[in-house]
Amino acid sequence: MSDAPSAAALMESAPLMESFHWPVVLMVAGALVTYFWRALGVALSGRIDAGSPLFEWVACVAYAMLAGLIARMIVLPNGPLAETAAADRIAAAVIALAIFFLARRNIGLGVAAGAGALVLMTLGRSWLL
Amino acid sequence: MPNSDVTGEAARPRGFGSPRGAALTGLREAIGVPALVLGASYLGFGALIQGAGLTVWHGLFSTFTGWALPGQIILVELYSLGAGLLVVAAAVAMTNARLLPMTVALMPYLRAPGTPRWHYYLFAHYVAVTGWAAAMRRCPSLPEDQRLPYFAGFAVALWAMCLVTTAVGFFLSDLLPGYVTLGLVFVNPIYFMLVFVADAKHRARILALAIGALAGPLLHLVSADWGLLLTGVLAGSLAFFGDRLWNRPHV
Repeated sequence: MSDAPSAAALMESAPLMESFHWPVVLMVAGALVTYFWRALGVALSGRIDAGSPLFEWVACVAYAMLAGLIARMIVLPNGPLAETAAADRIAAAVIALAIFFLARRNIGLGVAAGAGALVLMTLGRSWLL
Repeated sequence: MPNSDVTGEAARPRGFGSPRGAALTGLREAIGVPALVLGASYLGFGALIQGAGLTVWHGLFSTFTGWALPGQIILVELYSLGAGLLVVAAAVAMTNARLLPMTVALMPYLRAPGTPRWHYYLFAHYVAVTGWAAAMRRCPSLPEDQRLPYFAGFAVALWAMCLVTTAVGFFLSDLLPGYVTLGLVFVNPIYFMLVFVADAKHRARILALAIGALAGPLLHLVSADWGLLLTGVLAGSLAFFGDRLWNRPHV
């Protein structure tokens, strides 16, 4: 492989790298850091207190980050959801919450109601306009 | 001693009869409501993978190795935004840091004399919210030698189901009309919103959810790369210390 690859060859191989290998690299990294916590939990069990303030702070950071992600996915989504109306997504999230509480905190019903509501509202718009 | 009562949890000194019986019971219990709800969420994850322009193998690889949906979703979302390796690793690590205290809390209920240590390290991979909650509920009342088998049966069955629904969600979102695919992808944020609302009992965590939900979209506009990490550290710390100040008597 002493030949320097031509610019054209690089241009051709770059999209493949981007679309297949790069996400795999990210997923391997993600899997390693995830398993690290689990293995550390096994190693440390019996030696540390799972109810300590440090863990409570860690829980707060994780909760805040996930709440931020969820809000961002609803308000400013990328991918297919970006084609729906923001008002519809927010209304569907409110409907999901309402059904969840009305159905005695049933997550399955809440999710079905929220996803169903978004589908119906998006369909409704396409019929009206 | 007849052991036909499958539902009675308290009066069962012999548990499920044998380690094998415990593993089969865990398997059977997972293939019910847990598999239905989590399986539907993984349908959504499959659709998200498709929407991000990835292949079904990426989805399967992620569910196989990652096995904790919030971290998997964050990874795909950040990939779509073009974030770098460091940001993705840090965000996934922070999202999944909760697995450490969860594992620490669960291990005392899984240990049994004579079990090789690597068994614990192998099945630690399956510590995630649904299986963890089931084991925390069931295992304390089981004989020691049935605890790890119950958890393993439950968690591996759930994992297998979710691998299947990841692939099904991926192909469904290709076959179904676009507006149904939207619903599938929308399952992800809605599912987690409800899981966290259902789970939030401490004031500090409720504060973290509220501040994080407000800060998330705003900081995303400031920086698509770092917004999520900033949201976690800033909003999480604000909630944590706010809660502590609140508890302190005012002078």
